[in-house]
Amino acid sequence: MTSVMDVPADIASGRLPLRDYETNFEDATPPLSRKQALIEAARCYYCYDAPCMEACPTGIDIPSFIARIAADNVKGSATTILEANIMGGTCARVCPTEILCEQACVRTAQEQKPVTIGSLQRYATDWLFERGIQPFTRAEPTGRKIAVVGAGPAGLSCAHGLAVLGHEVTVFEARPKPGGLNEYGIAAYKLTNDFAQREVDFILSVGGITIEHGKALGRDIHLAELRADYDAVFLGLGHNAVNALMIEGEGLEGVVNAVDFIAELRQAADKSTLPIGRRIVVIGGGNTAVDAAIQSKRLGAEDVTIVYRRGPDGMSATHMEQEWAQTSGVRIKHWAQPRQVIAMDGRVREVEFEYTMLNEEGRLTGTGEFFRVPADMVFKAIGQCFVPASIGAGELNGVLEFRPDGRFAVNEDRQTSLPNVFAGGDCVAGIDLTVSAVQDGKLAAAAIHRQLSAS
Amino acid sequence: MANLVSDFIGIRSPNPFWLASAPPTDKEYNVVRAFKAGWGGVVWKTLGEDPPVVNVSSRYGAFSYNGTRIAGFNNIELITDRPLEVNLQEIKSVKRQFPDRAVVVSLMVPCEEESWKNILRQVEETGADGIELNFGCPHGMSERGMGSAVGQVPEYVEMVARWCKKHSRMPLIVKLTPNITNILGPARAAKRGGADAVSLINTIQSIMSVDLDVMAPTPVVGGKGTHGGYCGPAVKPIAMHMVADIARDPECQGLAISGIGGISNWHDAAEFISLGASTVQVCTAAMHHGFRIVEDMADGLNNWMDSRDFADIRAFTGMAIPNYVHWQDLNLNYKIVANIDQDACIKCGLCHIACEDTAHQAVGALRIDGARRYEIIEEECVGCNLCMHVCPVENCITMQERDEGKPFLTWQDHPNNPMRRQAAE
Ligand SMILES: Cc1cc2nc3c(=O)[nH]c(=O)nc-3n(C[C@H](O)[C@H](O)[C@H](O)COP(=O)(O)OP(=O)(O)OC[C@H]3O[C@@H](n4cnc5c(N)ncnc54)[C@H](O)[C@@H]3O)c2cc1C
Ligand SMILES: Cc1cc2nc3c(=O)[nH]c(=O)nc-3n(C[C@H](O)[C@H](O)[C@H](O)COP(=O)(O)O)c2cc1C
Ligand code: SF4
Ligand code: SF4
Ligand code: SF4
Repeated sequence: MTSVMDVPADIASGRLPLRDYETNFEDATPPLSRKQALIEAARCYYCYDAPCMEACPTGIDIPSFIARIAADNVKGSATTILEANIMGGTCARVCPTEILCEQACVRTAQEQKPVTIGSLQRYATDWLFERGIQPFTRAEPTGRKIAVVGAGPAGLSCAHGLAVLGHEVTVFEARPKPGGLNEYGIAAYKLTNDFAQREVDFILSVGGITIEHGKALGRDIHLAELRADYDAVFLGLGHNAVNALMIEGEGLEGVVNAVDFIAELRQAADKSTLPIGRRIVVIGGGNTAVDAAIQSKRLGAEDVTIVYRRGPDGMSATHMEQEWAQTSGVRIKHWAQPRQVIAMDGRVREVEFEYTMLNEEGRLTGTGEFFRVPADMVFKAIGQCFVPASIGAGELNGVLEFRPDGRFAVNEDRQTSLPNVFAGGDCVAGIDLTVSAVQDGKLAAAAIHRQLSAS
Repeated sequence: MANLVSDFIGIRSPNPFWLASAPPTDKEYNVVRAFKAGWGGVVWKTLGEDPPVVNVSSRYGAFSYNGTRIAGFNNIELITDRPLEVNLQEIKSVKRQFPDRAVVVSLMVPCEEESWKNILRQVEETGADGIELNFGCPHGMSERGMGSAVGQVPEYVEMVARWCKKHSRMPLIVKLTPNITNILGPARAAKRGGADAVSLINTIQSIMSVDLDVMAPTPVVGGKGTHGGYCGPAVKPIAMHMVADIARDPECQGLAISGIGGISNWHDAAEFISLGASTVQVCTAAMHHGFRIVEDMADGLNNWMDSRDFADIRAFTGMAIPNYVHWQDLNLNYKIVANIDQDACIKCGLCHIACEDTAHQAVGALRIDGARRYEIIEEECVGCNLCMHVCPVENCITMQERDEGKPFLTWQDHPNNPMRRQAAE
């Protein structure tokens, strides 16, 4: 019997016929036609105190925007959406609606078939973008200047909210492109045709927002300066570190952070040039794990296995995402934790796992039984975090309050312990989704405006 | 198996489902297909004098509601645009091929005795079973002194009916226009003129929609539009009211009724029959779905009649009429209140907002541990049914009777009525 060790590590690009790369990364859910949109819109009951609306983190007036589609007022529909959520276009594509608005839709209770709010939201916003309509007008300049750090969903939402109110906003962004994880993280087939950049262009087109790229907080700029030079500061820094496995072999070549792999994939103009292993192991249970697994498969990997230490209900990837991984040919193995990555000639060959179970106290423990999964590449996706040290937290100690997990402590206005410093998105507590980052930015903008108007 | 056979003023048909005088009955080809599909009878598309009329291109308008296509329908077509002789030949041929089906011929000619006499003779020669006078067409023809122009003047209705009975032995149906304040006027006139039956309703004058780009009513004919005749499911309530008014009218007793207006399925048909119609006529539903619908209609009616032990159509014809009373005969002490089935409720809030904003503030909106709950406040509920109608879940809100031990009391005897009946001394 040949051992897996006898087979050479197999990492290569161009595994697929060229045109497969195109189709594999096409729109995962194609847009609705006008007819489809009208049929779907007619399913909405126009609920009063609508449960869907409450389940949307940005509180979009869903019955109203759907009724406007049905009444052929698509511009009004899109405006309703964008007034509550300036990234309504991205959210329509990336929101896990099955745990948000659509789960709450009364039609889910009635017939297990919600109104597909996300697809209708996309229909309306696409309509507006295709026509290049600008639904917002800026208020008279106030002369107030605000610094926003991070051009992700949280930062851009805050910037837009403030710009519309007449304030002047400068956004400092470490990366060469704006959009945050919309540009570098979200799965390619969820945001096709450069949508992230087109949406940023739309957001900026209202005026009053300048983005300075290549400016990192803690390196090129510092909070103390920003506080001195601007009337208020908003921090939308996202996560900036990845949780480590803390096992032997983690540092080997071929053991990669899933988010780095995804970022590289998102930036590659030609996906056929991306090297991918024949056998992939993804460790983790969130959407990042699912996205890394599916996209590996779509790059031509043959065997892709997600290994997660608990059962399906413990995974933070929604049931829909898990199912989608499985129908995409990804194997999900539950109840196992990684013990070591095994290498040959300095390259990854296998990952050893230990079966897990819940002990009598309900705590996760290893069973003492082990198995190995062959792998040419291993993607780590066991969560990301925010490490304050990277922004020069030392100098902030005692001034700025952090939560035990390292993220900024904020109140309901997204205000930090410093009165003119606000923060939102993944770098504060909450559900880590685009839509909640947008809401944080929106709330902070409103609070900043109130604060500035009062003084 | 219930017996669906119909005998309508001596015109026999294997079932009470007839196609109304309209495009589906415009020529032999269509009518043969209809009879093969199972229709009990047809009223041939209205014949007129030669030279035939000319129709415009772009003829129909439709009212779609919430994704439902053709909730209402209208047309600006006229009577048949084919030569009289062609139609007569085809009627003859069809009747020969289908002797067991009802073939009634619809007629509209100028309001002169000679014109009627002339055409009646020709129709009689075809072997047709009867005639139907089109006094209903609301557009195009009425401008020429025909159709609803005649139907709106009871004296004319009576006069033409009389001519027809004088010059022909055929059973006579007068088709009534709804474009009139009181349907009893022309209905009684038809009776006086000797008509055997009335059929109703014809279409209702309407503007279907306005094309806001062209700024013209639809259907648009080269940038212009005109009013047309409204029909289809949306007109059924109007039609049933008129049918029922005739059915309960003492002066109209003995006049048979063929019900028309928005009939699309067996249920609609059963409703018309229960209000006194003994045949029903269908147009829009057939134009929407084709002739095959008759099979479902016959089957549905049959199964329902079996479930109610009705042996034949006659067994329930007009059965709802004794219960169709005037408002002043309703019991003011009858009380119902709304009840919400909490397990079925999907928390859409529609009952609450409807009652709160526009009715009696009788549906409370609660939050129990954050969860929505809607509850009827019985003291406030007047039993208006609004919440039941807005609720999207069938049988979730039901109206329940409350016996308050009060006597039967109508407005005629109510103390608030200044004209109340005085108790006998
Ligand atoms: C792989 C992956 C897939 C995901 N898929 C989904 C999905 O399908 N649906 C969904 O709703 N959510 C998804 N998310 C989560 C979502 O992308 C994030 O919750 C959201 O982007 C958070 O927005 P943010 O603005 O807080 O942070 P980010 O999007 O991370 O933006 C932060 C920005 O700040 C910049 N920045 C960071 N530090 C500094 C600094 N020191 N100085 C200057 N600039 C700095 C970054 O470069 C970045 O542009 C996904 C996340 C990942 C990782
Ligand atoms: C429950 C109800 C009660 C009405 N009562 C009156 C009334 O008292 N007086 C009146 O002139 N019209 C009355 N109407 C008719 C309306 O004013 C209106 O003419 C009609 O409903 C048509 O308009 P709509 O269907 O477009 O709403 C009533 C309508 C409804 C539904
Ligand atoms: S809950 Fe569903 S049906 Fe009700 S308003 Fe929202 S989308 Fe429409
Ligand atoms: S139904 Fe359509 S295709 Fe047929 S005659 Fe009318 S317009 Fe022409
Ligand atoms: S309308 Fe019906 S389903 Fe909706 S809240 Fe009221 S009772 Fe519940």
